[in-house]
Amino acid sequence: MYDRRVLMLLGLVAVLAVALLLPAIAPDSATTNIAVFTVMYVGLATAWNIMGGYTGYISLGHAGFFGFGSYALGLLLAKLGVAGGYEPFLFVPVAGVLTAVLAAVVGWFALRTRAATFVIVTIAFMFMLQLLAENLTSLTGGGAGLAFPNPPWRGGFFNIPFYYAMLALALVGLAASWWIRRSKFGLGLLAIRDDEDKALAVGVPAGAFKLTAFVISAALVGMIGGVYGYYVTFIYPQFVVDPLIGISMVLMVFLGGLGTLWGPVLGALILEPAQLWLAYNYGVSRLYLVLYSAVFLLVILFMPRGIIPSASELIARRRARAPATRAGATP
Amino acid sequence: MSLLQVDHLSKRFGGVVAVDDCTLSIPAGGITGLIGPNGSGKTTIFNLITGFIAKDEGQITFKSQRLDGLGPDSVYERGIGRTFQLARIFPRLTALENLLVPIRRKGLRALFSRAGWSHERSKAMEMLEFLEIAQVADALGGSLSYGQRKLLELGAVMMAEPELVLLDEPAGGVNPALLERIADRLRTLNERGTSFLIVEHNMSFVMNLCSEVIVVHRGRQIASGKPDAVRSDPAVLDAYLGA
Repeated sequence: MYDRRVLMLLGLVAVLAVALLLPAIAPDSATTNIAVFTVMYVGLATAWNIMGGYTGYISLGHAGFFGFGSYALGLLLAKLGVAGGYEPFLFVPVAGVLTAVLAAVVGWFALRTRAATFVIVTIAFMFMLQLLAENLTSLTGGGAGLAFPNPPWRGGFFNIPFYYAMLALALVGLAASWWIRRSKFGLGLLAIRDDEDKALAVGVPAGAFKLTAFVISAALVGMIGGVYGYYVTFIYPQFVVDPLIGISMVLMVFLGGLGTLWGPVLGALILEPAQLWLAYNYGVSRLYLVLYSAVFLLVILFMPRGIIPSASELIARRRARAPATRAGATP
Repeated sequence: MSLLQVDHLSKRFGGVVAVDDCTLSIPAGGITGLIGPNGSGKTTIFNLITGFIAKDEGQITFKSQRLDGLGPDSVYERGIGRTFQLARIFPRLTALENLLVPIRRKGLRALFSRAGWSHERSKAMEMLEFLEIAQVADALGGSLSYGQRKLLELGAVMMAEPELVLLDEPAGGVNPALLERIADRLRTLNERGTSFLIVEHNMSFVMNLCSEVIVVHRGRQIASGKPDAVRSDPAVLDAYLGA
């Protein structure tokens, strides 16, 4: 047990070291650009998993929080007249707080529903937000978009600050997810996922727990949305409140392992580079959507619990079989 | 003295009157049986007491405090636990984790600190040993047999030490040997101070275990008293044979 823990810790340190040194290892813009988006989705999938994975409430509207965080930061920077540079990153937590407030209101209504109704309510919320962003032109710029301050960095260095900002948020998300997973609160969330009525019957305040998870999850997504807005410098409603962003988060979690700590990370590390590779090689044909559909079908058919739970189960089964085989071989 | 008092409780589902001006009194310290023919409103009464459904009329008082309008989690917090007709556990949590979920903690800090403090785990293991299912502590709930699930459900509801536990058909789908074990454990828990209200169709189980029996028919109480007296009550015989 002790050796396993040490090995896991060493593995974790190695992965973290690679993540921290990646811009030095592969400094070209194409690679760091892929890295920015991959780490962004690691954060998004991890944040989504706090709600969807731990409580079993599947939100397809998290793209709404992503877009809201993006607009919140953009408007904040514009109103305060913040110039490009490192300073805009300091306002990212404010975007997170604003998104949390919105999530508390949305969650208060949406979490009165369950199962398919909840999914539909979250989708409706996302499209409502998209319509608002398109139509509140005096505030958001509508279809003309909203400009962020221009980052002053040029050339190969441009992606680096954004990479580290996204990495920091992904690590915050992972730390939050780990903390919740091992806490009494997290155990309550898992109980809700398994059987909400039963959880209520043994004293789990399901309403408060679900709302808290929803708010934490949305706040993280909102902060990542803010950094994304600053990275792309110009945001439009259909690109930041994009259903595909929400579906990507969900698919990554399902692929890696719903309700696990590392599943969303694995899912994002597989799918996002694959999607970008397809986009780079096959242009803007959105061929990656075909890949997404195929992956989703395969996951649902062959690994409905995702890679990590399926692999763990396989290993456990082999370990359980091994002593029996050895015992059988003994004369 | 009455631990739980139900007064003039009514519940309608559309045109169907499930509970009709029902008044019950559950004494402290006993094992009370709640019996009646199928569809007489027993489980609806359980759901009303535990806050799973809202009443139309009447009031429910537990230790002189009104329970009206409280949700199931708040009712549990006040000291009333329940089990379900078909054993319900958390299938993707281990048996031990199933018992850790109901343990109460006060304060936000405690809530966000590690699940399963050592004394909590010891308490959960003691409960598993008491129920003789300690060997499945690390097994997922979903992999347990129906009998083990029944015992685990009972153990889980006892973890926060409720004063009154409502058991919905504890003998349902259970083999005779396990039934005897369940009855034995209920007697022990009762001796330790927990009161029980049991809905059950297995009459020999009820008559052997319960100190008091309440009979409901068409949503209202028609008889109550010692098991032997209730068994020979003409109104009860009429309800069962004439139903």
